[in-house]
Amino acid sequence: MKSCVLMAHVPDTASVIKVPGASNRIDETDIKWIVSPYDEYALEEAIRLKEARGGAVTVLTYGPERAQQGLRECLARGADAAVHVKGGDGTFGDALAIARVLAAAIRKVGPFDIFFAGIKGVGSDNSLVGAMVAELLDIPHVTGVVKLEIGDGKLTAHREIEGGTEVVEAPAPCVVTAHKGLNEPRYPSLKGIMASKKVTIQTFAVADLGLDEGALAAAEATCRWKALELPPAKSGGTVLKGDEDPAGAARELARLLREQAKAI
Amino acid sequence: MAGILVFIEQRNGNLRKASLEALSEAKRLASGAGLAVNAVLVGHGIGTKAAELGKYGAGKVFVADEEKLARYSTEGYAAAVRAAVEKSSPVALFMAATALGRDLSGRVAARLGWGCLADVVRVQVEGGAVVATRPVYSGKALATADGAGKPVVVTLRPNVFPAGIGEGKAEVEALPQVAGDIRAVVREILAKEGGELDVAEADVIVSGGRGIKGPENFALIRDLAKLLGAAVGASRAVVDAGWIDHAHQVGQTGKVVSPSLYIACGISGAIQHLAGMSSSKLIVAINKDPEAPIFKVADYGIVGDLFQVVPPLIEEIKKLKAEV
Ligand SMILES: Cc1cc2nc3c(=O)[nH]c(=O)nc-3n(C[C@H](O)[C@H](O)[C@H](O)COP(=O)(O)OP(=O)(O)OC[C@H]3O[C@@H](n4cnc5c(N)ncnc54)[C@H](O)[C@@H]3O)c2cc1C
Repeated sequence: MKSCVLMAHVPDTASVIKVPGASNRIDETDIKWIVSPYDEYALEEAIRLKEARGGAVTVLTYGPERAQQGLRECLARGADAAVHVKGGDGTFGDALAIARVLAAAIRKVGPFDIFFAGIKGVGSDNSLVGAMVAELLDIPHVTGVVKLEIGDGKLTAHREIEGGTEVVEAPAPCVVTAHKGLNEPRYPSLKGIMASKKVTIQTFAVADLGLDEGALAAAEATCRWKALELPPAKSGGTVLKGDEDPAGAARELARLLREQAKAI
Repeated sequence: MAGILVFIEQRNGNLRKASLEALSEAKRLASGAGLAVNAVLVGHGIGTKAAELGKYGAGKVFVADEEKLARYSTEGYAAAVRAAVEKSSPVALFMAATALGRDLSGRVAARLGWGCLADVVRVQVEGGAVVATRPVYSGKALATADGAGKPVVVTLRPNVFPAGIGEGKAEVEALPQVAGDIRAVVREILAKEGGELDVAEADVIVSGGRGIKGPENFALIRDLAKLLGAAVGASRAVVDAGWIDHAHQVGQTGKVVSPSLYIACGISGAIQHLAGMSSSKLIVAINKDPEAPIFKVADYGIVGDLFQVVPPLIEEIKKLKAEV
């Protein structure tokens, strides 16, 4: 099966986030960029599928120059091909604009039998692109998948919902978005790292896909980040010492929760 | 009839609380801005529930009631919601940011050619357009965004907006058959064992982390949770160690929760954990390390050994509960 993995290159989740005054974007100076953690589950599932059934894995991203590092990392983990649509500055934060570019790239380099993405790209935390790409390609999708079985031309996916699991059956091609629990992603091997260096990343400008990035970022835009601010610092809470008299501290906490916070 | 359309989620005919919160918030915004509030309810055998939505502020409720819609499917529901959008031409479509809402919102937004403001914690109307604020970068920043001059889908984080009940009966309009071909079909729903309360829906959560030392000690966490009618949460460290199922995990790669009360026992408060719970209304931390980052977000805390603090805490709460 030919699979396509949609990859987002995002700030490391442990990064310190700074916002330059009156800006709608973070200060990228000291940011370390990583493959979005959920995309690692997506990629791992695609590689396992290839190992079990043959085929090939293509990783696709839309982003600036540095996103190539993310593609290289995916190649080192076992992807066969990588496609980079360069750009994304003006369309930042606009999930539908991103999905339009990805869908156009898929039409150009596809077809594929199955698509994988992460349930969300950490950072913008939208949880939208996978489903949007599916709609634009007119294929079904299943989000938040924790277990997947692929049969002949169809798949069975378990997705987590509140209080249980939904078992969804869908025909291929389909977009599957991966949740933690789907698998345990592997690390790149030395052999993989060496082999990945020989792969030529296929690159496109948005215009090569028949789209106008300027228009996507302006007249056709569907979401605009107007402001970005740091959350208000929380003023210090009441912290009790419980090392000498734990029962006393517990009694005081229960009283505070009851009388002051009215929470119990 | 420009206004806000609210998609109402139901399970087995029961209206979901998070949807009533979204509807109530739409009502609050709309009254200030002179907008209409309508709702769309999708399912099978759910018609009698529709008029009830008037109490939460819906003027009109569009109902798609078909056998094919008895179980959730992205495509069936998307078709129904789109039909209601076409009938009411809203400036915004609200839904709850539940597992279903987050699955449906992207598809519906793309179908309509609209943007989506996901998992928002604050909403306003400015000059007739909806503007919303949402946590980004694991809650380390707040982005305020809008639909760039177009109508927009907004998913509202559960447990953040109060559901306000009032008087009123909604007008009900049945939608014509909408469900076309449904390709991705839910074959069955596996309920979690023991019918345990899910962290994503709970008003109170008691969570355990690596500080509880072993899986058997979740019994202590469960005792406190039971007393408070709370759900049991967990850090990723203990989920990865296999002490408890992933469904309990709170954080960036788990669930995002905003309960009224979140009690963290033996959890250090790593940024990825805070990403999932820092919007809780009241945070209590019990940790033996006074430097643990969890204390930075805690409203109340005890620096101490949880094995010595939690048992007396359970006894004290029992006493207080017995007083009333
Ligand atoms: C990409 C990515 C995604 C992640 N996603 C998540 C996520 O979704 N959720 C999540 O939780 N983590 C997540 N993590 C992991 C996160 O970074 C932390 O490793 C994890 O939260 C730590 O769990 P913990 O607090 O239980 O353990 P620890 O950090 O080991 O903390 C244990 C705490 O228990 C205290 N303690 C020990 N004994 C006692 C005692 N007897 N009494 C009281 N206190 C005691 C210690 O002082 C310590 O503070 C993610 C990490 C990455 C890289």
